Formats: sequence, C-alpha cells, structure tokens
Amino acid sequence: MLEIQNLSAEVSGKRILNDLNIHIGDGEVHVLFGANGSGKTTLFLTILGFPGYDVVEGKIYFKGVDVTELDTEKRVKLGMGVSFQHPPEIRGVKLGDVVEHLLKRRGGGDALALAEQLNLSEEFLSRDLNLGFSGGEVKRSEILQLLAQNPDFFMFDEPDSGVDVENVELLGKITNEMLEREKRPSERKKSGLIISHIGYILNYIKADRAHVMLNGRIACSGITEEIYDHILTEGFEGCVARCGGRDTA
Amino acid sequence: MSSEEVNIESYRTEGGEHDEIASLEVLSEYENELLAAGIDPEETDRSGSFLQQDHSVVFAKSLIPGLEIMATDEALEKYPWLDEYHWNLVSRDKDIYTKEVAERPTQGYFLHAEKGAKITLPLQSCLFISKDKIRQNVHNIIIAEEDSELHIITGCTVSHKISSALHLGISEFYVKKGAKITFTMVHNWAGKVEVRPRSAVQIEDDGVFISNYIMMTPVKSLQMYPTAFCVGENSRATFQSIIYAPGNSNIDVGSRIVFTGKGSRGDIVSRAIATDDARIMARGDLVGEAEETRGHLECRGLMLSDNSVIESIPELKARKKDLDLSHEAAVGKIAEEEIRYIMARGFSEDEAVGMIIRGFLSLDIKGLPEGLARETKRMFEMTLDKVM
Repeated sequence: MLEIQNLSAEVSGKRILNDLNIHIGDGEVHVLFGANGSGKTTLFLTILGFPGYDVVEGKIYFKGVDVTELDTEKRVKLGMGVSFQHPPEIRGVKLGDVVEHLLKRRGGGDALALAEQLNLSEEFLSRDLNLGFSGGEVKRSEILQLLAQNPDFFMFDEPDSGVDVENVELLGKITNEMLEREKRPSERKKSGLIISHIGYILNYIKADRAHVMLNGRIACSGITEEIYDHILTEGFEGCVARCGGRDTA
Repeated sequence: MSSEEVNIESYRTEGGEHDEIASLEVLSEYENELLAAGIDPEETDRSGSFLQQDHSVVFAKSLIPGLEIMATDEALEKYPWLDEYHWNLVSRDKDIYTKEVAERPTQGYFLHAEKGAKITLPLQSCLFISKDKIRQNVHNIIIAEEDSELHIITGCTVSHKISSALHLGISEFYVKKGAKITFTMVHNWAGKVEVRPRSAVQIEDDGVFISNYIMMTPVKSLQMYPTAFCVGENSRATFQSIIYAPGNSNIDVGSRIVFTGKGSRGDIVSRAIATDDARIMARGDLVGEAEETRGHLECRGLMLSDNSVIESIPELKARKKDLDLSHEAAVGKIAEEEIRYIMARGFSEDEAVGMIIRGFLSLDIKGLPEGLARETKRMFEMTLDKVM
C-alpha cells in the first residue's frame, strides 16, 4: 500500500525527516510512536504532499504509484485519508456540507446515518467546522469525515489525545471497522498508520507493527506489544537504545 | 478613505420615460438583470410588484387586500396625510444628494400595509436603470401600520447595455406599534454606476425591522449609512449585510441604530470581502440613549488581494448607564491552514477557497418567512456561483 524509501524532507528550509524508510502492506495497520517534535506529524503531511513539506531526497510510492511529486488532491483521490490532531476552525463552513460533498464524490450516502454511528446529532452537522468543538467532538468529526471519504489508507494523528475513555472506546470500535480489522488478515484491504503518543487507542485497535520515530527517522520497529512495553518501562530513547536501531520483529 | 462626491450634473434627468407595461414578462430582454436582483417576472408567490424603469413607474400592482403599491407621486397626490411622512426621517438638506432628490424627484415607490394586515408573501420592487447616463432620483415611503407585517424583496439593477448611471434613493420606513417589516435588498449594479441611497427607519413600540442587504457585483462607488431609530419601547432593529467587492469597487457602507425607546434592542452584522482593487469601508454605529437597551455590532472582513483595502470602523455611544452595547470587528485573509485542511479531503485549492468564501458569506438570514428565507438563500447561492 505505502512504501517510503530514503525519505528526507524539509519544512521552511529545516530538515525534519532524515532518510526515513517504512513499508506498510495491504491490510496492515502500523502505529507510530515518538516524542513530541520527533517528526511524526511532518511525516503524515509529507506523505499527503502538503505544500511547504518539501521532499529533498527519496521516494513515496502509494499503491505502486510514485506519488512523490503529486499534489495533495491527487494523492487523496488515489485513496489516502487523514484525521488531524488540531484541525483549524472554519467559520461558516458546515461539517454536514463537507460530509455531503465527500459522500457525493463516492456516489451518495446518508450523512446523518454516519454521524449517528459516532453519536453525533443532526444539530452537530449544522455547526461550523471545528468551531467550539470539544476535544472529543474534534476527534469524532475527523473520523466522520474519514468515514464519508472511505479511503484505502488511513492516517490518524493522535486519535486518542484529549478524549475521555468512553469516546476512545467508540472511536476505537469505529476505526477497527473502517480498517476491516474484524475480517481475516487475508481479506483485509484497508491499511492504516496511527500516530499515538500515549497508546490508549491500542486497547481497541490491534496494530500489526509499531515504529518509534526519533530525530526524523524510524529508529526502531517491531511487534506492537513489545515496543509499547519498552516505551512504557524505558521511555522512547530507552526503547530505541534497547533495539539498537534495528528491526526487532 | 472617504468616497468622493459624485458629479451629479454629468447625469441626465430627461430621456428616461417609458410607457406602462401590462406584465413584468414584457421585459423579457432584461430577464437576467431582473432575476439577478431577485425579481420574478412571473410573480410566483408574490403579494405584489413594483417596477420603475429609469424615470417611469411602469408597473405597480398589489395582488392582495391590505397592501397598497403605487408610485410616490401618485400616492402624495392621493393621500394628503402622506406629507407628514415625506421628508420626515431623512432631511432634505442632509447633503447634495438629498437636495437633488428634493429638487428633481423621479418617482419611487409607496408601500403601505394596512392596520393588522399580515402579508406573509413578499412583495417585490425593482428600481431598474436601462438607459445610459441616467440620473435616477427616487423617493420611497414604506409604512407598516399597527400590527401589520410586510416582507419586501427589493432589487436595484442595471441593464447590461449601459455604461454609466447614477442612482439616488431616499427611503423612509415607518414601523408602527407591533408591526414588522423585513427588507431584503439585492444590489446588482455595474462597474460604472454610482449609488447614494439615504435611508431611515422609525420603529414604534414592539415593532420589528430587519434589513438584509446583499451586494456581490462591481459598482463604481456606493455610499450609504441607513439609520434605524428605535423610538418605541421594546422595538427591534437588525441590519445584516453581505458584501463581495470585486474590480475597482469603492464601497462605503454602514448601518446605525439609535435606541431611544426603553428596552429596545438591535444588531448589526456584516461580512465584507474585498478582492482585485476594491476598497470597502465597513461602518457601524450603535447609539444608546435609553435604559435597558442592548445592541451588538459584528463586522468581519476578508481580504483576497493585496491591492484591496478594508477599513472597519465600529462605533458605540452610550448616554445612559443601564444599557449594554458591544462590538467585534475582525479583518484578515483566508488562513493557509484552512485551505490545506480542506484540500486534505481531496478538494482542489480553488474548491477549498470557494468553500471558505461561501462559508464566510453565509449568514443565516433572519426573520424571513420560511419560503422567502429559502428563496433568498437560493438567490444568494446563484449570485455566488456567478461571481466565483
């Protein structure tokens, strides 16, 4: 699904990603750990091809297509989707209208029915995008837009930060469904990459592999549970030191 | 930045006469212009229509009892009592434009809702300029008698064939006790038209006045500062304006509410977008002169080009201690972050910008009956589609 080779990228002339490699197969879900400032969100936005995130070296292949030079719109149309951690407030643009637009692109669908899955009301759909949303509402609104978009590759930026336990459970359940985690591994088509600082979401989503980011590169990769345990006991740097920057899987 | 004075003499007061028409559909060659100003030639779901072309009232007809629609000259002749309303709220000597209209009036409309008449279907009025270099000096008088209700869609529009014109318009609105007027005005001018409306509203006890103003096409210059006088107890006034200024438009628009009635309330809300080389002055003024009054003023501006200018001047004047006036004003550009966020859902940059602009301009238009609200929204969308 996604293959990143020797990727280096800059934001405003400053090198953030350094010779980064990652491979996510069809039907796989990976989780990305790392301290604040390690480059996780930059990686997402570079994968998505955001303006201002300049690839200086390396390649990004998506579904076998070299998308390194492609603009965001085209990458999204190829099947990428992202949920943001801190989306901007946009006055006057209604959440419901965005969802309708996304559904229309797929040939139609019921916005309210999708919203109800996330315990969001019709009134909520008529609100301005992210304006005055609570932490939990932001996450649910992001997931709702992804549901409407129905991409093949999902990127979730901190879906569990600032959300109460009840909402994490709900979001975990819906995300599991979106990623077809209920299906047998061979039948799964959707892939995902989840940024998590705290790992709560992993109580609800089983990730196939985990990576630790440090200074703009993948410093350590392996089985999710092992990596998570190492981080809990020894911190990010301790975890990286333990695996010696190698793949432990 | 103040709008320069118009050279009135460069526009003509003769040669704008037309014969009456039997139906608005006769004007099919101008159908697009009329539709753009919210005028339905078929008069579907209308309580009546008024149309003035250049200097002549060519059509004036009420379709329901309790509502009168006629040319101002005719009304002044028919009703001597109208003298009390004529040049009562707006002074003849206010400026060169009021003086000009007082000296050389060229019609205008008289709209009258009788006591207790609840006219929920809107009436449509249109001031149309179809000839070049015309000076249109209209005087409108609108009266909603006690406990009546009147909804007006008014469009000011010009033929696509003309190169320049001047529109001067005096409007005096009277909202009597317990009455309600909603006034939805669409300006559909052109790049070489100069416009100077002078409007005032008087609202008595428990009366309600709501103005919705939409202006999305170029204009050479437009300057207006309508004032609502909330003289009655618990009277209400609302001004909402949506302005999209392209080209070389020079716009100086504000609304003022003067609260002299105890417990009166009012809101002024405006959204202004300046693009190309446009200049917008967005003003607002709340004057609190009575107890328990409350007013709020909100001006938001969006800049789409480095050659355009928006100045926002909100003013509050309090003359009693027991009142509450507030304002918020903000001018900015579309945040790059907002565009990218929408693009991350697979929209192109143009689509993202379009969605944000639409969102910015989409005020929930208040106080209109459901059908009219729907229609106004559709008209707004249509205009937006055209300009963007």
